[in-house]
This record gives sequence, structure tokens and C-alpha cells, in this order.
Amino acid sequence: MPEMIINGLAVNFRSGETVLQAALAGGIHIPALCHHPGLGHFGSCRLCLVEILAGGRPGLAASCSLPASEDLVVETGTERVVRARRVVLGLLLARCPDAKPLLELAENLGAVKFTPRPGDPGCILCGRCVRACRAVGANVIGFAWRGRDRRVAVPFDQPPADCLGCRACEQVCPVNVIKVVEDRGRIRIFPWQSEIEMAYCRNCGAAIGPGVQAGRLQKRFPVEGPLSGLCPACRRRFQAALAGGLVIQPT
Amino acid sequence: MTEGGIKHRVESGRDLQALEKKGLELLYPGRPRIAVAMASCGRAAGSGRIYESIGDELERRGLDASLVPAGCPGLCSREPLVTVLEPGKARIYYSGVQPADAGPLVSALAGGEVYQKRALGAEVEDRLVVTGRQIDLGPPPGNLGLLADLDFYRPQVRLATRNCGCINPFSIHEYAARGGYRALAEALAGDPSGIIAEIKKSGLRGRGGAGFPTGLKWEITAGSGHDEKYIICNGDEGDPGAYMDRSILEGDPHSVLEGMIIGAYCMGARHGIIYVRAEYPLAIKTVGHAIAQARELGLLGENILNSGLSFDVEVVMGAGAFVCGEETALIASIEGHPGEPRPRPPYPARQGLWGKPTCINNVETLANIPLIAGRGGDWYAGLGTAGSRGTKVFALVGKVKNSGLVEVPMGTTIGDIVLGAGGGPDGGRKLKAVQTGGPSGGCIPASLVDLPVDYESLTGAGTIMGSGGMVVMDESVCMVDMARYFMTFAAGESCGKCTPCREGTAEILDILDRITQGGGRPEDLDTLDELSRVVKDASLCGLGQTATNPVLSTLRYFRSEYEAHIKDKHCPAGVCRNLTVYRINPELCIGCGLCAEECPGGAILGRDDQPRVISQESCTRCGACYRICPQEAIFFTGRGMPGA
Amino acid sequence: MTGNEYTDIVKRHTSPNGRVLSILEEIQRKYRHLPEEALRAAAEELNLPLSQLYGVATFYTSFSLQPRGEHIIGVCHGTVCHVKGAARVTAELEKKLGVSEGGTTGDGKFTLESVKCLGCCSLAPVVSIDGSVHARVKPETVDELIKSAIPGGAPGD
Repeated sequence: MPEMIINGLAVNFRSGETVLQAALAGGIHIPALCHHPGLGHFGSCRLCLVEILAGGRPGLAASCSLPASEDLVVETGTERVVRARRVVLGLLLARCPDAKPLLELAENLGAVKFTPRPGDPGCILCGRCVRACRAVGANVIGFAWRGRDRRVAVPFDQPPADCLGCRACEQVCPVNVIKVVEDRGRIRIFPWQSEIEMAYCRNCGAAIGPGVQAGRLQKRFPVEGPLSGLCPACRRRFQAALAGGLVIQPT
Repeated sequence: MTEGGIKHRVESGRDLQALEKKGLELLYPGRPRIAVAMASCGRAAGSGRIYESIGDELERRGLDASLVPAGCPGLCSREPLVTVLEPGKARIYYSGVQPADAGPLVSALAGGEVYQKRALGAEVEDRLVVTGRQIDLGPPPGNLGLLADLDFYRPQVRLATRNCGCINPFSIHEYAARGGYRALAEALAGDPSGIIAEIKKSGLRGRGGAGFPTGLKWEITAGSGHDEKYIICNGDEGDPGAYMDRSILEGDPHSVLEGMIIGAYCMGARHGIIYVRAEYPLAIKTVGHAIAQARELGLLGENILNSGLSFDVEVVMGAGAFVCGEETALIASIEGHPGEPRPRPPYPARQGLWGKPTCINNVETLANIPLIAGRGGDWYAGLGTAGSRGTKVFALVGKVKNSGLVEVPMGTTIGDIVLGAGGGPDGGRKLKAVQTGGPSGGCIPASLVDLPVDYESLTGAGTIMGSGGMVVMDESVCMVDMARYFMTFAAGESCGKCTPCREGTAEILDILDRITQGGGRPEDLDTLDELSRVVKDASLCGLGQTATNPVLSTLRYFRSEYEAHIKDKHCPAGVCRNLTVYRINPELCIGCGLCAEECPGGAILGRDDQPRVISQESCTRCGACYRICPQEAIFFTGRGMPGA
Repeated sequence: MTGNEYTDIVKRHTSPNGRVLSILEEIQRKYRHLPEEALRAAAEELNLPLSQLYGVATFYTSFSLQPRGEHIIGVCHGTVCHVKGAARVTAELEKKLGVSEGGTTGDGKFTLESVKCLGCCSLAPVVSIDGSVHARVKPETVDELIKSAIPGGAPGD
């Protein structure tokens, strides 16, 4: 396997990997917020900065989007890196003064203090939710506006009709500002105000999942006749019974 | 403004000669030719009405002359500009022409005379830089100097702007008559790698700002094996204070098209896109017309000049975002997304528009290509300095006497441009600073006038070449206010994707706002310095990486001005209103009352010929009285200064 | 303004390059803003997520979700216009039109905007009125300027 040098240590990497991936695999910790292994690189938070000493353009680079290469020599803790990281973290904290994960990072890494000027409640604009919605959801949220006005938004701030309720956004958010409330057969996702009716098994009454998603599945992989509208467990049971020649009366 | 004439396809060198011949008849007709500079700058100065008035006047007198629109010859501060060429005589340039001048100008022309009142200079020959050919026009009139001897034109070598102001930009024939499309015909007969070698030899670097070697970019794109490739002309000229790309697109669009077609041949691109910012409607129209003309003649489309090359170009209009000048943001924009940059690598030369290899060149860069292809890399490299070859067009603007576009060899000093061509600050004021590179550049103090302009020298001085904006500043400009202005720009244009640029520029702007309003704190300078360095170091794209140069360079060269704002609550230039207190020196005031007439707030008290007094409660500190006082009896001081 | 009209606009733009921008530019030109139904219709016709079009519509300054005035007065705030008093021109126009920068007059006639460099720096300060650029504008004469540039369009009329 090819090697590169991180903090004076030879680290193996596979072709196509980034410096961040190589570092993590080699047991070297680099803080990162917008990076998520399942979402490809984005390079927005700038917390994962490393300093390139050789083998690339000298200076700071975001390790999450820097391809690992054989002649690359980087350091993760130079004065320049530390200074930049403390400023970046300080700027994020000024935006989200109460975000726990940021406060924890600041405790470990240090952060420059700036006057707080909160942005969109608690959001650090890392874009993980947007990318997750694009990857597995229905692409209902996106970045809107620009500069300091930039925020993650649903078009026209109206509850998105196409939201699948997959909750991918909630799962990847590093600062936990996306909340899901389950209430009387519905789930509501904030701040998008998505409202999704849950689908239930016709037979046992167990929740199958968000209704939209069940509907989508039905459209794509239709299940006809007596087997429709059942949870997977009931369906399998009914399938076996049907094979045995039974006639089922749905309850 | 369109032209008829040859309609059949241009397929050979002979067809091209026919195009050229017709163009020469248009450029040098057997009758007077009047050209009105009608680029956006000329139109703003009223050249549209001049064009109409001259037309009316010609008709009224029944004078047989050709009247055409032209691009901008560069000296925008003297617009509207008109040139008159009579057979066998020198070409006369007229400046500051008003509609009322149309009558006397045409009547002078009818009598074979020069209209002295507006005459600026004469041109006795035309040099066709593409071919090296010289066309003698005729002797100059006895009482008029040569245009080339004017301060503004003396240091200039006009390569990229070779045809601007000279040809009718709507005429492909006139472009051909100046040697246009000849380099393309020769290129198509040769080997692509040979042309790339010439461009590498020429040392041409990207004129859009970053200065990446153009030949190398072409080589990488050419080597990116793919059946589909793109060449994009970046006309998203967003630097406030720079407009050479607009001028070239409006004055000589075919030079850019020819550069692109040569590029397409060298790199194997089939599709070309010219991305022009929305603020340039005339450029969009002119380029669109040029594309249609070239397509009609077969210079775009299938099998160009029978070479087997197929290439076409379309125009995409931007929608108002400075960041789209950045390559990856530009691509995102064309693909229908917000103009958000993405990390590089992969570079567009390998993976660009729609994931295909894409070469992005700036307008001025492309306009140079036909010259290099036609006359060779060595010829071009003969101009300029070791690291920066050729010429660069600068937009010499601001507080300077002669303002406009100047094209000079790289390595010319700031002084030769600003004090020489520009004639120094207007109104006899003292030069304070020169800002280059727009919002990505910095302010160089007057003490560095001997600095040569080339990529490395400018970077060393804390600024950048950028796209070539050169804003001259005299003592009436506040450097802290300038830094604040550029941060307002950067914060407003930041796409908001990465933390340092989005939050950092806003934070810096807050601090600068505070300082210019009198709330500066001693520790602010250290914070500004640290923040600016980190935004430069840590941002994702070129916008953020250069956004704080205006702050860093003013901190470096004009620190005392920041300190005056913070410690003394004093703006030495009198620009920051909250810090400025105006007073009248009773010893000097003659009681003329002009200040009271000028004051919008009625803040000036006193009557008859008694010295006036300013009521500080009513004063809005606009400075109108200070500017109008004939006795210089009005002065200002800092809010925190003794005696304020 | 039916969904069909928007769909027709979408169908007229066939080149994939710059397609979204040129469609939204045409809608903006025609309706002086980007109506919600227009974005929905365009997203449907282009088979693109609405979130993408909404992102584009809010990112670029050429686009507006609120209707702009019949006439657009854009004060250039390029570097040279800035040092030559663009702020005073804007202030005067704000006073004359009774709106602040970015606003539209109550009668829907004028929108006052700050525009990025128009590239006419040698003639600063410049103001663009409905796309045509006016040179060396003085705060004292903005009234005249508007009257002469827009027939019957004196502010407050």
C-alpha cells in the first residue's frame, strides 16, 4: 500500500482516499464537523485543516478534501493549523454559542472569543443534512440565500410535500438541531415542518414506516392483492399460509 | 449595424482574403469614415446622441461619408470620442464631443478641415499587430500633435486591445481586415501540439487574476483523454474598478472567438461557452452578434475551414454573483446551481463542466491567443519581464487625470502608469495610494511608485495583479473606509459555504464599521490582523483566500491611519463622518456665505460679511461647505482631537 | 400567468448550458420577480428538485422573490463610484423616492438598487436606469436624471 507522512509518521492509504481518511485509519485524530464518511467530501467547516509541508502547494488545506498521495507530507498540529482552527471554532461558536458539540471541541482545542451573533438557530451550515437528503431522501431541503444569510431551507419555508420522513437529516446532524416529534400516527420534522403520516400494518397494526415512503415503495415494487398493506413480518407469514392453500380474510 | 456582403462559407485562405478585402474597403473607404466610440462607457457619456446627430448632419448636407459605431479606444475620461478618417489624410481623434458639435464637425469635414475645438490628436499609420503590416494613412495636420505622443498613449503597447476603438465590432470583415482569423487558418493547417508549444514559449499567464500559465492549462486539458471537452471564456468580470474584458467583448468580440476556436483545435473541444455577467448587456449583444456572423460564414460549426474541426459557441449570462468568476463556481452556475465553489482537485482541466475536461480562460487571455499563434511565442515573450511576459491591460481609474484602459508591457512601473499615462491625481492633489486587483488585491502606498507591475512584484508588495483594476487614490480617500468598502463587498459576495469566509468577513466588517464610526478599541488591530490571516489561510476558494488583502495591506502600509481612527477618533481624510468635526477659521472667513448656501442642513450661522460659525448640533458632517469654501477657511478635525 | 406560460418559457431554452439561469432570467424579466408557481412549474418541467431552483433564485442578485418596480434605478457602488460619492447619490435617491436601498415605491413604479461595478469607472459616479447607464451623476440633479430617462416618470408623480 502507498504511504504518506502525517505528523512525521508513515501512514498507509488506499488509492482515492483523502488525507482525513488515511489519518483516521492510521489512528491519527483530526477534528471535523462537515465531514461524514457516508456523504462524500464537501470542505465547508474548515476544521480539519492540516499544513502541507511538502508534496503539494505549501500552506493549509482541508484534509477532508485533500487527496492522499505518495509524496505528501502534512502536519496536523503546527502553530498555523492551531491558530486557524481556534479562529474557525471561535467563529462557529459566535454563530451557535450554545451548541454542545462545539463547546466540547472548544474545551479540547481552544477557541478565540468573538462577540456572539447567532445565526439560524443553532445551525453551523455544515450541509450534512442537505447532502443526506440528496443522497437518500427526496432532495427537499437545500441551501438558500448567501453569505451570512445562507441557511438550510425548505422552498418558500413551506412544509415540503415530498419529504419522505426518512429522518436521514436528523441522523447526520452533528449539532442536533433537527428534531423529530412523533405524535398520534404522524411524525413531524423540525425545522422543516414536514408532517408525515405513518403507515400501519393492516393486520397487526405495527408501524411500517412513513406513509410516503411506503407509498413510494408500493409504486416501485408493487405488492398486489391480499399481501398489500402488511408489515414485512405479517406479509411473510401470509405468504407461507397462502402457499399452503389457505384463504385469508384480512381483519 | 449589421452588414451584408459575403454570405457563402469561408472555406479556404482565398475566401478569407475576400473577407479581408471587403473589410479593407470598409475600414478605408474612398470617402470619409466617421467612427463613434459606442461601448458602454461611450454610451453612458452620450455617444448615442452624438451618433444620431452626426448622421442627421451628414444627411442634411448630403455629405457622402460612412458612419460606424466602434468600441472604446481607451481614454474613457474624455468620452464621447469620435474619429474621422479622410482618404489620404491622418485619422483625427476628437474628444468630449457634444451633440452641438455635430454641425461644426461635419462642416469642417466638408471643407476638408480639422474641427479644432475638440481635436485630440492625429494618427498617421495603422499597425496590424497580428501580421506586422503597416498601413500609412497620410501626413498629420500642421497644428495637431500625434495621438501616440499624448501622455496617455505614449507608454502603451496595444495587443489585447489592438482593435478596440478602431473597428466596427459588428463587422467580421473589418476584423478580418486587421489580420483577424488568419492565425486560425494557419493554426488549422498545422499541428495542435505545435501551437500549445508556442503558447508555452510565449509565457502567457491567465489574465483573470490567478496568473496560471495558459499553455500548461491547454496542455493538461489536451491530455485529458475524453471525447467531449469544453472551453469556457470567463467574462464574469466582477472586480469593481476593472472593465477591460467588457471593453474587449464590446469592441473586438471576434478576437475572443478566434482565440477560443484555436483553443478548441488544440485541446479537442467541441463546445464553447462565453459566460458574461448580467451587468454587461451590450457585451452580451455584441458577442451574440459575432457568434451568429462567424456561424453564418462557417467559422463556427461543422468542419471549420475544411479542417475537420467542429466547434460551436454559446453565450451564458450570469445572474449577479462575483464568486462565479471562480472556476468551479462558474461551472456550478452553468450547470444550474448556486455559484458555490468546490474543493480542487479535481481541477476543471480534468473534471469540469458536466464532469468533462474543461479549459477556462479569461477574455483578455483569449484575445492574446491569435497574436501568439500568428506571430509566435518568442515574439510575444519579447515584451514584459522574465516571470510576466507580454502586456497587461489596466483599468486606470479613480482620482486620476486621464482615466481609462491602458495596455502596457509587464514590468512598467506603477509611476509610469499612474503619473505618466494617468497624469497623476486630478486637481493637483497628492497621490496617496494605488489599489490593484480589486477586492482581492491591496493598496500600495505612493512611496512604492517605482514598483514594476508584474505578478511577483505585486504579490510581494501585498497585493495582486488580479484582473487589472488600478484605482488611484489621493489624500481625500480614507484607507480604513477603503478597507471597510472592500469587506462590505466580500461579505456580500461570499457564497457562505465555508466558515472563515462567511463568518470571518462579516466579523471583520463589524470591526471596521465600529472603527469608522468611532467605536474602535485598541485591541481591534490585533484581532483584524489575526482574523484576516486566518480567512486568507483557511478559506475554501480564491474569493476567501484573497478577500482580506485590502485589510492586510492597509494595516501594513497605513497603520497610523487606523490608529488615528481608534485613538484620536480622527479620520485624517475627513471621510468617516462620525469622527469628523468641521470648523470655520474666523481669521480666514470673508463671510461670502457660499457655505451656508451649500449646506443641506442649514447648520451654518451668521450673516452679512461676518465670519460664519457651524452649529455642531445641526451639522451632518457631509463636507459640502469644506469643498466649496473659496478661502479654505473651513477645516476639519477629529472628534477626539484637542480643540474639537 | 398560467402554469402553461411558465412551461412554455422552460421549453424555449433547450441548451443544457446555463439553462436554469436563462429560464429564471426570462421569468424575472417578464414578471419582474420569480413567482412561487413559476418555480414550481419550472422544477416540474425540468425534472429538478424545487430546492435547487429555490437555492438558485435566492443566491443570485438578479433574481427576486418579491415583485420589483416597473423601473429599476441602480446606483453603481464600484470602487471608483464609492470614492466619488455613490453613497450621496443613493441617499438623495432614497429621499426623493421615499424608499431605502433595495426597496420598491408603494406604487410599484421604482425599485432603488445598489449595483455592482458597471465598468464605466472613468465616468463615475454612474447610475443605471432600466439598463442604460448615465455618467457623472450629481446628487443635486438625480431628479432631472430620472425625469429625462423615464418619460413621465418623475418620482412622486
